[in-house]
Amino acid sequence: METEAKLTRLASCAGCGAKVGAGTLSKLLQDFKTHTDSRLIVGFDKSDDACVYKINEETALIQTVDFFPPIVDDPYLFGQIAAANAISDIYAMGGEPRLALNLLCAAEQMKEEWIREILRGGYDKAYEAGVIISGGHTIRGSDPLYGLSVTGFGDPAHILQNSGAEAGDILILTKPLGIGILTTAAKAELISGDLMEKIYKQMAALNRDACSVMKKYNVHSCTDVTGFGLMGHSCEMAQGSGCTIHLVTGKIPYHEEAYEYADMGLVPAGAYRNREFAEHDTEIRGTVSRTLQDILYDPQTSGGLLMAVPESEASSLLAELQDTVPCACEVGFVTEREEKALVLEGSR
Amino acid sequence: MEKILDCMGMACPLPVIHAKKAIESFTEDGTLTVKVDNDTAVQNLTRLGEHNGFAVSSSQPGEKEYLVSMQVKAGAGKKPAEVPADAISCAVPEKGGKVVVLSGDTMGSGDEKLGKKLMKAFVFALTSQDVLPEKVICYNRGAFLTTEDPDTVKDLKSLAEAGTVIMTCGTCLDYYGLKEKLQVGIISNMYDIAEALMNASSVIRP
Repeated sequence: METEAKLTRLASCAGCGAKVGAGTLSKLLQDFKTHTDSRLIVGFDKSDDACVYKINEETALIQTVDFFPPIVDDPYLFGQIAAANAISDIYAMGGEPRLALNLLCAAEQMKEEWIREILRGGYDKAYEAGVIISGGHTIRGSDPLYGLSVTGFGDPAHILQNSGAEAGDILILTKPLGIGILTTAAKAELISGDLMEKIYKQMAALNRDACSVMKKYNVHSCTDVTGFGLMGHSCEMAQGSGCTIHLVTGKIPYHEEAYEYADMGLVPAGAYRNREFAEHDTEIRGTVSRTLQDILYDPQTSGGLLMAVPESEASSLLAELQDTVPCACEVGFVTEREEKALVLEGSR
Repeated sequence: MEKILDCMGMACPLPVIHAKKAIESFTEDGTLTVKVDNDTAVQNLTRLGEHNGFAVSSSQPGEKEYLVSMQVKAGAGKKPAEVPADAISCAVPEKGGKVVVLSGDTMGSGDEKLGKKLMKAFVFALTSQDVLPEKVICYNRGAFLTTEDPDTVKDLKSLAEAGTVIMTCGTCLDYYGLKEKLQVGIISNMYDIAEALMNASSVIRP
């Protein structure tokens, strides 16, 4: 079995779980000098998915970058997942991805054929998204890493920031949670082939369809749920929007197998970092088991879109979403700012 | 019974996997102490202990050194219903890549009763080999060996514990309505089976 690629064994942590915690990041970036430019609609300060620069009244440029260590052993699949994840940031801003550059770090032990397969995965996913990979940068290093820097375009008047949620909005999530826990269990070789297949498919799936439906409605705010987990990203959305987000635990979609694995201690380190970041600004009403909380804090790789839409449009948006994105679910609602930015509404 | 496990330098999920295996090896009640160097491992090991209903405590003797102790009750941690696939094959040393194919629940052609008896004996004999197979692949009526037959299930479980990967063809489990009854190993597909056979140093068919 020596020819079998065991990519994840070469990496110390997996996928978006490798992300540096949101708390650490905002501390690191404090007090840095930056130029101001009125055409930079979305910059550093809002901790959004991508930055947005207004070129003229019709067009804004959207720029993002994302890369991570292997989350799966199959190099072709890893390439697809990394690309889908990177491109997703453009969809989360309500934009159209157009161009991309490869970012690749090849570890010594990696065979040339694996590197080719990773890149092939990236190119195929980019092709599916209508994105042209026009170059890139490859280096040698101790851990394998792959991702893309993606450029997209959008209407400057309809850029969807993660800070636009308003009281009265309904929250919709388009992919089920539990990816970080399940990939940890997969690393321990504890999960069945069928389940693995299911989560790999989910991670490699583009958020394109969800985005194109979303753009037909008056959605106020959107972000993609990745390394900071549903809790971390919701917390950022609530803080940025100056309101409180209520997540209703009975409604939130997750892979039920993740519950068992979380309960037995297969919780990725990123979930604990996310808890540290969001816990102090979270109120729990009713009972939410610790294990379910782990799932809500679980870092997602190439997760779904989380959108805030006025209640009057929520049911038709959800119905149309479910035609192409069957897992899309209502997960909560937005109110005026309460004491905490996030409220977990548990069972009573 | 007392056991100390050194998991220093191990990232998640390895400490949990090692501790889980250690718990399963307890033949009497006792204490399992796991030494780790990161807080995530402490929290996850605490989970594992509580999940099994054990009392758990932890301490931090050094800056990057933590001890997690659990009062293990023998026989716990062997709840196959909890974990869909119980074959832990991580960190298993190379074994020469022998793959055993069990394509039916009988051995040889002739009387069926005799054939079944021979197959049971063969699987038992496998467990006492010096070099264990890397994989055992069960398909067609071989699917009964990982589900319905308590004798072969028991022997295949001990192979799995020793590091052999037990694979059962998913299509076959479906066909015979056995999917919910899998007792040992993982459900596999034809792609994985073909790959395992192609990569095997030798394929043994009883």
